[in-house]
Amino acid sequence: MTNSAAKPLSPWKASGPKKAKKRKANSDDGSVVQSLNGGWGYLFTAPFVIMFLIFGLAPVIYSVYIAFFQWDPLDFTHVYIGLDNFVRVVQDEQFWLAVRNTFSIWALSTFPQMVMAIALANVLRNPMLKFKTFWRTMLLVPNITSVLAVAIVFGQLFSRDFGLVNLAREYLGMSNHINFVSETIPGHIAIATMITWRWLGYNALIFLAAMLAVPNELYEAASIDGASSWRQFLYVTLPGIRNTITFVLVVGTIGGLQVFAEPLTLAGGESGGDSRQFSTLTLFLFEQAHMGNWGYAATIGIMITFIVLIISGINFVFTRRLGSGENVQ
Amino acid sequence: MNLLTNPALLITILVGLGILAWLVVHYRDKSRWRKVSPWSYLVLCFMIVVSAFPFYWMYIVASNGNEEISKNPPTLVPGPRFMTLIGHVFEAAPTFGLSIWNTVVVGTLISVAQVVFSALAGFAFAKLNFRGRKFLVLFVIGTMMLPSQLGIIPLFMIVNNLGWGSTLSAIVVPALVTAFGVFWMRQIIDAQVPNELLEAASIDGAGVIRVFRSVVMPIIAQSSFVLGLFAFLGTWNDFLWPLLVLNDPNQFTVQVAVNQLSASYTVDYALMLGGAFLATAPLLLLFVLVGRQLVSGVMDGAVKG
Repeated sequence: MTNSAAKPLSPWKASGPKKAKKRKANSDDGSVVQSLNGGWGYLFTAPFVIMFLIFGLAPVIYSVYIAFFQWDPLDFTHVYIGLDNFVRVVQDEQFWLAVRNTFSIWALSTFPQMVMAIALANVLRNPMLKFKTFWRTMLLVPNITSVLAVAIVFGQLFSRDFGLVNLAREYLGMSNHINFVSETIPGHIAIATMITWRWLGYNALIFLAAMLAVPNELYEAASIDGASSWRQFLYVTLPGIRNTITFVLVVGTIGGLQVFAEPLTLAGGESGGDSRQFSTLTLFLFEQAHMGNWGYAATIGIMITFIVLIISGINFVFTRRLGSGENVQ
Repeated sequence: MNLLTNPALLITILVGLGILAWLVVHYRDKSRWRKVSPWSYLVLCFMIVVSAFPFYWMYIVASNGNEEISKNPPTLVPGPRFMTLIGHVFEAAPTFGLSIWNTVVVGTLISVAQVVFSALAGFAFAKLNFRGRKFLVLFVIGTMMLPSQLGIIPLFMIVNNLGWGSTLSAIVVPALVTAFGVFWMRQIIDAQVPNELLEAASIDGAGVIRVFRSVVMPIIAQSSFVLGLFAFLGTWNDFLWPLLVLNDPNQFTVQVAVNQLSASYTVDYALMLGGAFLATAPLLLLFVLVGRQLVSGVMDGAVKG
């Protein structure tokens, strides 16, 4: 459960009409094979269900439980304190600072990246493009690297005195060196750059797959009607990948609210720097857990979940509405 | 002479020549080349340089040392000291090699287990008719939306109560099967395995196990491989959970070991980037072998459903 191994894969986001047809063809119970003995289903799913109950569901339920306690793992004191942890978290300036930092980094890393990924996918979509596999493969390379390695390399690139970013700025005539570690917004930009670098190619491939599922006839019809390639992109491509945009936003939000290794490495500590400017929600949770405030840490986890659910809901409603107006189908 | 004493430069030149030769071979067919705006290729080339640069930079720093990179203008070519500086990594973290080995073992175990358990459960959820099937599927989808931090503290407690604190079991066991893997397999089997085939097999007298082994498994082999790869990569790169549970250097996974190198008070970039290079190089080698499958895995996931 803690392992984000599976996150990169993304089967359920499908989009486009090809997919809709498939859904209709074998949805619901029509898809099961009646001639096979269903009883085996219990045996086949047992390993998963048992493991999931112990390591997936139980921790989630338990975390809701310990959020009502002052829970110190070292002296085994578990004092029931009702909603105190929740009251405390809402009044905790450090929590709101973490919320601010997380959202700042999330916004800086999500929106520019979405635009770039869609643009990149649109370039890759061209059926006449040569070396298709080569480009696609190379674009995925950053995604296989560990977040920690990325954070270390970019931390060096963004360092104050001899980091390449500052040296390049100097070369371009901006002689003041930015301290990406001590200044808040430059620091957030540095972290957003790491995230964008890691996920841009991956998301471009997701968008590309969605674009390839848009039927060619739509483009042909549009070009017969005299639509420019920009208008084709606007009125055929974008509506066609609407569901995928929602998907990428939701997954990106879940991932974005879990940002941890980059700020930890850049700040060099769990507190997230001198003025806590890199203290993200997950880093804050980790810090509190390390300090022995497990009940409080669990409460922070619950707050993160609420935030994820709210943002996912907003994303969902927003992209629905956005798409419905100009749906060509 | 310089080439022989500097494997770094040699490798860089060889890789460069390889890419060049490959491009020349594929460039011959000029007719198709012209129909795409040159800007497209420019953008893509730029993206590749951006994608590759941090890897290249790891190597530059790790082969030059701190003094060389702390100057203006900076060094942009590999230096001669790679072996010496990598030696420093093993001095600073004597168990670094063990950490890599641990991660290989743990990653392999997790990949195999995830593929097997996910395929079994995915098959049952996609094709078998049993009570509670629909509820379980919905339940799985619902829980996939929850961020992993929600349960991380209690999971830590559970793992400690089971006596696995600071052991690799704490990494392996909770990751043996994930809701995501099961759901992914369900979608794959739903899309790739035709019901008629299963019906025909069962009419011929094959039982469920036989059908799974002889009909389903061959069809989903490719997708299973991709799932396994992603599980392996995920395990290799996982950081938060291992950092939380592992205290004993003999049990470290590779990311925790790399983190140890940057945890000291003086910042030693050559050491840190050397460690990051060591932790990344195996993945790059793996990627050379299976990059195409990973690409198709990512893209299949996007369309099939």
